Amino acid sequence: MSFAEPVPTEGKPRGRLRLPGRFTWPLFFLVLAIAIFIFYYLLTMGYLDPSVRSFALKWFPLVSINEALVWVMAALGLNIVVGYAGLLDLGFVAFWAIGGYVAGWIMSGFFDKANVNILGNPARFITGGIHVNFWIVVIAGAALCAFFGVLIGAPTLRLRSDYLALVTLGFGEIIPQVFHNGDNVYGVNISNGTKGISPIDPVQGLSISPQGIKFGSLGPFDHLSRYLIFLVLTLLILFMSLRLREGRLGRAWLAIREDELAASAMGVPLMRTKLAAYGIGAVAGGVAGVAFASHVSGVLPDRFQFAISITLLAMVVLGGMGNVWGVMLGALLLAWFNSTGLPELGTTFNSTFGTHINFPSYSFLIFGGALVLMMLFRREGFLPESRTRLVLREPERTDVEALGSDMEEQAPELDVMTTGGKSGDEGVRP
Amino acid sequence: MTASTMDVDTGTPLALRADEITVRFGGLVAVDKVSFTIPGGGIVSLIGPNGAGKTTFFNALTGLYKVASGRVLLGGRNVTGLNPSKIASLGIARTFQNIRLFGLMTAEENVKVAMHSHLRSGIFRTVLRTPGQRHEERTAHEEALELLQFVGIGKVAGEYARNLSYGDQRRLEVARALALKPSVLLLDEPTAGMNPRESAAFVEFVHRVRDEKQVSVLLIEHDMSVVMRVSERITVLDRGTKIAEGSADDIKNDPRVIEAYLGKPQEEEDPDDDR
Repeated sequence: MSFAEPVPTEGKPRGRLRLPGRFTWPLFFLVLAIAIFIFYYLLTMGYLDPSVRSFALKWFPLVSINEALVWVMAALGLNIVVGYAGLLDLGFVAFWAIGGYVAGWIMSGFFDKANVNILGNPARFITGGIHVNFWIVVIAGAALCAFFGVLIGAPTLRLRSDYLALVTLGFGEIIPQVFHNGDNVYGVNISNGTKGISPIDPVQGLSISPQGIKFGSLGPFDHLSRYLIFLVLTLLILFMSLRLREGRLGRAWLAIREDELAASAMGVPLMRTKLAAYGIGAVAGGVAGVAFASHVSGVLPDRFQFAISITLLAMVVLGGMGNVWGVMLGALLLAWFNSTGLPELGTTFNSTFGTHINFPSYSFLIFGGALVLMMLFRREGFLPESRTRLVLREPERTDVEALGSDMEEQAPELDVMTTGGKSGDEGVRP
Repeated sequence: MTASTMDVDTGTPLALRADEITVRFGGLVAVDKVSFTIPGGGIVSLIGPNGAGKTTFFNALTGLYKVASGRVLLGGRNVTGLNPSKIASLGIARTFQNIRLFGLMTAEENVKVAMHSHLRSGIFRTVLRTPGQRHEERTAHEEALELLQFVGIGKVAGEYARNLSYGDQRRLEVARALALKPSVLLLDEPTAGMNPRESAAFVEFVHRVRDEKQVSVLLIEHDMSVVMRVSERITVLDRGTKIAEGSADDIKNDPRVIEAYLGKPQEEEDPDDDR
């Protein structure tokens, strides 16, 4: 794929249109998204050479690109909490799980006594269950996550950083555990326990195949259509992140991240502002949860592990906290590496050297190593916010100047007192 | 306007009135039943030796510390025990002894943060960027620039606060505090680190702030030349209690004040030896 060419920003300005640097990465992602679509459209239609086709399916299968988009959505949500507002959240998987189970509840045959269909799966063989249209489920999942975000946040956000991280860690464990054991809550089955809920209804959309484009339920191999749907969701979350950052709320988040006490003394209500960050982040997490549930057509409680929270955090930190473009880059790279890159590299390695190393089982070792290296050599992440880069690279101006400044005359008030105030009117000479 | 919100001496309405404020840290009484008023449009100072409880008193007024007893009235409204952010939005703005700007935000953004409580746009209006939100942001931008120009740092509006010089950072703190549109402005050692010329200019500046922004000013200050020239009334704290109050001349000659600063005359230490 040769489209990874961002618009040159440092090129020579030979009367050509030069874009300001801040457009580089948005344009890069736009071009990338369109290129992926065109490439896979051609591939699906069978226009591409078989060798190109097998290379692409091996290294960049669309199914793992779609999964990466789900990670991007969740990482963008976590970025609002961690990157924008500076609240360390180690339990973000909770919202992913809640979003997933919302899809499980109202987009499947799980509640088989009910028989509701709201613009949902039109398949004739379905008898029971609640079948709601995917887009409505997305909104419902987002809303429920916002509600839980505020509910969880209200008691915990009063805590200061380390304690907050621990409590969120707790909630990240509790909520999946509730679903895990939720097959008998006082006689009511809310989650099917360890079996999880599946299948989840197919999404209604435009199915693209060599036979033509038609509207209907997407089958398990309609990855290209799901790609478009996930792209729309990602764009919505991205748009929300960018817009909020520009406004009143975004400034308040930054201020809290910088200096909580000063922010409160400047009239920023701490609880409300933090809750807003938490709630909005949870919305993105919920959308990701719904998307993931429909991507794998099911929810399993064992999937919602602590490792997901940590991976998301690694995406945000490696990508560049607070900068949506960096976070997207980090999420895409790590998700790809996890799902495709590492197994395929491992296979290539094993077949080249005749070894039998199970590379995917070392993923966290490699992740950990990468994180350590990043912290040593590029602490601000791949694509940091311009302001964050500043704090890690340069010492604060007044700090440095304090080293060289001759301190002002101490306690000049003694002057006034000893002379009965006579010199007070002329000012104190050092 | 009730009598409790009027100044006894001048009959002008009070901007702020603190009644018998007590602040405790464990068994330690940091501020002990200090009563204090700021007349509307006045400039008053709080002085005292190190550890006298000046900043603690400040923090009690702004809600950063919970008061053990006593009450704070802001223009007749009881603000005791409210959140710092609530008190700030009701009209008590402050600067900090050690500058506490938002270092990684530009000067303009710093000022806009303090406008938070005056702006209305919520999540939906911001995401949709409604005409109302855009108008609000434009106005905020203009007001922020105006404030920065007012304190004399309009040229660095786009610079990160941490990159500003020390003097500009102090000015930015004042601009940020003024963005709250306060009725009372508390300045905690604003001339720390300034040379005498800058301090003298600062006296002018405080008068200008008071006159043009219609605020009452309370200063904590160590530089006596500034205190004596700027204050209409001075309150002296020592070890958490108020030991004197009055005009600059009263304070200069008050034996208890001299004692607080220099120790008792009968003790061995000669005041001149301190220098």
